[in-house]
This record gives sequence, structure tokens and C-alpha cells, in this order.
Amino acid sequence: MDQILLYIALATALLPLAGSLIAGLLGKKLGHTLTHRIVVSLVGIAFLLSCYLFKVMVSDGHAAIDGVFYTWATAGVAHFDVAFLLDRLSASMILSVLFVSLMVHIYTIGYMADDPGYLRFFSYVSLFTFSMLILVLADNFLLLFFGWEGVGLVSYLLIGFWFERESAAFSSLKAFLVNRIGDIGFILATAAVFLYFNTLNYHTVFQQVHMITSHTVHILPGVDVSAITLICVLLFIGAMGKSAQVPLHVWLPDSMEGPTPISALIHAATMVTAGIYMVARMSPLFEFSTTALSMMLVLGATTAFFMGLVAITQNDIKRVIAYSTLSQLGYMAVALGASAYDAAIFHLMTHAFFKALLFLAAGSVIIALHHEQDMRKMGGLVSYLPVTYLTFMVGSLALCAIPPFSGFYSKDTIIDAVRLSTTPGAGYAYYCVLLGAFVTPLYMFRALFMTFHTNERTDFSLRDHIQESPWVVLVPLVLLAIPSLFAGQWLISPFIYANQKLLGDAIFVLPNHNVLNQLAAHYEGAKLMALDAGRTLVFWLSISGIFTAWLFTAKYPNWSVLFKERFHWLYRMLVNKYGFDEFNQTVFVHGTQDAGHLCYEVGDVKLIDGVCVNGSGRFIRWFAQAARLLQSGYIYHYAFAMVLGVALMLVWYVGGF
Amino acid sequence: MPSLIEFLTLAAILFGLGIAGIILNRKNIIVLLMSLELILLSINTNFVAFSYFLNNVIGQVFVFFVLTVAAAEAAIGLAILVVIYRKRHTIEVQALDALKG
Repeated sequence: MDQILLYIALATALLPLAGSLIAGLLGKKLGHTLTHRIVVSLVGIAFLLSCYLFKVMVSDGHAAIDGVFYTWATAGVAHFDVAFLLDRLSASMILSVLFVSLMVHIYTIGYMADDPGYLRFFSYVSLFTFSMLILVLADNFLLLFFGWEGVGLVSYLLIGFWFERESAAFSSLKAFLVNRIGDIGFILATAAVFLYFNTLNYHTVFQQVHMITSHTVHILPGVDVSAITLICVLLFIGAMGKSAQVPLHVWLPDSMEGPTPISALIHAATMVTAGIYMVARMSPLFEFSTTALSMMLVLGATTAFFMGLVAITQNDIKRVIAYSTLSQLGYMAVALGASAYDAAIFHLMTHAFFKALLFLAAGSVIIALHHEQDMRKMGGLVSYLPVTYLTFMVGSLALCAIPPFSGFYSKDTIIDAVRLSTTPGAGYAYYCVLLGAFVTPLYMFRALFMTFHTNERTDFSLRDHIQESPWVVLVPLVLLAIPSLFAGQWLISPFIYANQKLLGDAIFVLPNHNVLNQLAAHYEGAKLMALDAGRTLVFWLSISGIFTAWLFTAKYPNWSVLFKERFHWLYRMLVNKYGFDEFNQTVFVHGTQDAGHLCYEVGDVKLIDGVCVNGSGRFIRWFAQAARLLQSGYIYHYAFAMVLGVALMLVWYVGGF
Repeated sequence: MPSLIEFLTLAAILFGLGIAGIILNRKNIIVLLMSLELILLSINTNFVAFSYFLNNVIGQVFVFFVLTVAAAEAAIGLAILVVIYRKRHTIEVQALDALKG
């Protein structure tokens, strides 16, 4: 039985790869229609298989399975295996990854219909899904790293999908480079794990954690860090790259250069969730490092609040949603830092649904307006795009944590968990996530009002033929709206409060960190939690956020203009996104360019070209010029030299010097 | 009968003259050839002197070889000289610097 389940998991992972290869290699022969049918049905089959695995692993409570398919390399005691770990966590993750991926695949048929890169896009999206599945299913750090890098590579290809645009090429490169920084952290962490445990297998590592809790590492003179903290901080740096936490978040807003379906896939279920998933998976390590937990709390909270603020000033509909992703990832990181791993994964899943929904709905608006993304040129679309409007509304309400939408349950749990957490930094984090609850509806409903309500600002030429998107676009929207509405109510009890939690023993929490258990004392079921929302501060903050947004964008639009002028410095700061981009551009990009230029001028031009290459040439020339003076061509000079030589030799031998 | 030293001194003087003739001469190739002959003759003098004083006849036999070779060499040298004159219309040593790098 175990073997069969493992092979089902393998098939789940390999079907998207097969789809990718078919679309990439045979697509031209098969034609567009046949190719997308094959690819979508392969992903669909993979989704059904993942449903079955979810049922077996989570509903039936099958014990975790760890199985090796192939040994990559053996070096001494170390084995590097291609092996899967199938447990509650990975089964839940592949389910949400494949659900969103399937929706995105279907949506792509409509969204990319007229794009010359249609087949290429399908190939990339399937490959992306495959990489993410490998990342999730891996049972060791090395295979995880394979998926990790695969996701990074394909995100580069996808963000730069329209590579003929300079901005897209720039953004893809930026995403790739920023991710590399995180990857350095991750690979160093992997090396450190191997150093201390002599293995990269999760299970073995987690069992031996207690053996190294007292080890310290000497980093700088006078600085000693415990080994486990070093590993965890490095792992979190990896997660910061992928999950876009401050200061490695800069790539994510720019990833909007890619086509909308891929924004949905990157921001909802794959790539950005990889870091969160990884930290949750490594919970037995992180639990022993309060430093790393604090770091996650502080950086996550900073991301959650301050990136939300930036979203308020954005005018590109996709960028608003991108910044909201940053903010929500911040929430997840905060949950991880508060040791509420279950809540983080819970939010990850609900977020996957409503964020994919929001992106795809935004995409639907964008197609209807012939690839216009600027919200200042939208407005009043509610009558043209009723289905899109409704689904966008569902997504927004879910994101803004309005009960009973799914986001309410996950976000409220996180905020409560942070309130109870005693990890250093939790106080700061609590105020950040609380204020974030006000900021989120502010930017989200600003976008909603600007897009669908207010007066029409669309081009007159467009107005006659704005029409609702085709069914391949709307079906995924509706299918995603359902879990955005209900997933929270269904999942909160099993995820957070059941005796046998949904993720079960895949998550490890130290008893004194266990904030979710403390919460459970006050929990009386999903319905009551929603009804009780009126008594919580978070709820009223959200409502006032929506109201403020309505006031400033719909009711009195000139207020926002006044506000902008009154608080010009604040507005400038937010539009400049706190200057992260400028800082990186000046310090890292130009710094690197200048260093490169210096190396070129001094090292290359002067040293290598000047001294080594041309220098040796010049020296030989100079030496030859001097030497040729000796060669006069006169026989008597040569004879004289000979005689002189003979005389010297005579002196040498006879004189006996 | 002069002593060996006197013979050797004579030979050394002749040798020195020959060398000087080669080095100092800037004008005529014929003088060069003559200087060469002078060097060879100085060697011959040594041979003969040693042969006499050491009572070994091989030295004198060797002198005949040297004289033969010297004659052949002079013949070839004069022939080359004629060719050089035909080609360059001069036999000045200073003008013959084709070996210059």
C-alpha cells in the first residue's frame, strides 16, 4: 500500500512534467487545441490523484510514508536520494498547488489565446507546477533544493515571458538575482545541516536535533552563535528570497511584468509559498532557535504592514495585488515566528485561493480593456463585467478578513496567535499585523472602487466593445470563488483546533511556544467565531478600512488629492517604496557595475592587457632592439668577440679563478 | 740554437699579428686572408718547435697537413673573394655587413 501511494505521488509530480515536455517539444505538431487539451487533462489527472492522496493521508490518517526512488549519489556515509516524503503537510500542499495550477491552466486557454508564445507558456506553467511539486514532496534538503531552483528558474522564464519588452527582461533578471541571494542562505544552511548531522534526510535530521542544541559556532572574533540558530537563520534567508520578505521583497512587485496567469500562480500557490512551506516543514529545527523565530516575527511584521502601505499608492491593478501578496506573506511569516505553523499553512491555503482569484479576476478586467492595467483609466466596469465583479468582490472580502470569508478565519487566527506569543518581537509584530488589518481593506477596496465603481474613465473607443470574458476565464474564477468563500469555515476546525490536527505530526511545536493550544480554550466552532467577530478589534479595523477606502475613492475623490498634497512627504516615500529599489540600484547594481568597471580598467586593461600581453611583447621588442646592436654584421667584430672570449677563458682556466 | 721559449715567443707574436690583422683591418679582404695564413703559420711554428725539442716527428707530419689545408683554404677564400667582387664591386670589409640583424 505504501509503495502504491508513493508511486501515485510520483505520478502526480511527473504528469505536469510530461505535459510540459509535450507542449514544449510536440506542441507545434499537435496544434494549439490538442496541446492545451492534453496539458490541462494531465494536470487535471494530477489534481485528482492529489485529491486521493489528500483523502488517504489526511482524512484516513495514514501514517507518513518516506520512500526512495533512486539514489542520486553515494559518498561515504552520505546518500543523496531522489525520495519523497508523503505526509499530511505535503499532501495538503500538493492539493492546493494543483488546484490553483489547474485553474491557471484552464484560464490560460482564454487569456493567452492570441499570444504567439501560447505553447511555450503552457510548457513553462506545467514545468513550474512540476518544480513546485518536487519541492513539496522532497524528503531531503537536496531534492528540496532541486525544486527550489527549478521554481526559481521557471519564474525567471515566466516573468521574462515577453522578453522583447525591456522592462520584462529587467524584471526577470532582478527576480532571478534576488532569489540567488536567498538561495545562498539556503545552500549554506544545507551545508551546515550536512556538517552537523551527516545526512540531509528530514526525518533523521529532526530526530537528532536535540544532539546539537548545545553546539556553538564561532563566526567572527567574539561572536558565537548556536549551531541551530545559524542553520535556522540561513534557512530563513532562503525563505526570505522565495517568500519575498523585506529586504529581499523587491523582485515580487516587478514580477508583474509576466502574463497575469503566471502572476496568479507565482503569488498564490507556488514559488512565494515555498519559503513558508519550507519553514513549516523545518519546524522541528526552528522551534529550538528563538533568535530565528524573533527574526521571522519582526521581518514578517515589517513586510506585512509597510508593504501594505505601499499598495495604497499604486495605480496598476496588478501591482496593488502584488503588494497585497507581500503583505499577506508577511502575515504568514509572522505566524511562523509565533510558532503557529498550522495557522501559517492555513493562511497559505486560503490565501492561495483568494489571491489566485484576485489575480485571475484582475486578468479578466485586463483582457476586457485590451491590456490596460492602469486603474486611473478604468472605473464603472461593474455593469460590463458582472461575473468578474462578483468574484473580485469575494476575493477582496476574503483578503480583508471579513467573516465568514476564508481569509477571516486564517488571518484572525494569526493575529490572535501573535497576541499570545511570548517570543521576543511579538509585541511589535502584533501592532503591525493589527494595523495591517486596517491597511489591507484600504488598498483592496480602493482598487475595487477605482476599477468597478466611480465614473467611467475608460477610452471612448473601448466602451462599445467591453464585454465579459469567455467561459474558460470565468469558470476558474467561479471555481476559485467557492473555496475563497467556504474554505475557512471548513478548514479552521481540522486545521487549528481539532485534537488530531490536519497537519498532524508534520509540525512540531514546543509546549511553551504552543499559542494555538491556548487559543483553543476560547474556540467554540466556526460559526460562533464568525458571529463573535463583531466583538473583536480586527473586525472593526477592517470595516473602517473599507469605509475609508469608499470615502476617499468613491464618495469624495478630491479628499485623496488633498491628502496627497498635505502629506506630500509620506506620499513620496510610499510611491518610492521606501527607496529600496533606488538603494539597491545605487549600492548593489551601480556598485557592482563600478567594481566591474574598476576591475576592467585596472585588472584587465592595465594589468592583463597592459603588463602581461602587450607588456611582454614590448619587452621582447625592447630587448631585441638592444640585442641587435651587438650584431653589427662585421666579421672583425665577431672575431674580436671570439678572441676576447678565448682570452677570458684562458684567464679563467690558467689563472684558476 | 735558439731555445723553445724563443720559438714560442715568435709564434705568439705572429699569432698576435694575425689576430690584430683580422680585427683592425677595415679595408681589404685579401689582408684578412693573409692574416689567417699568418695565424696558421704561427701554429705551424709551434708544431715544428715542439716536434724538434720533444724529438717527436708527428708534429712535423702534422705541419704538412696544416699547410695543405691552408693552401686549399686560401684557394677557396680567393675564389669567394672574386665572387664577392663581381657581385658587390668592392672588397672592402666595412661594406660587407650583410650579417647585420
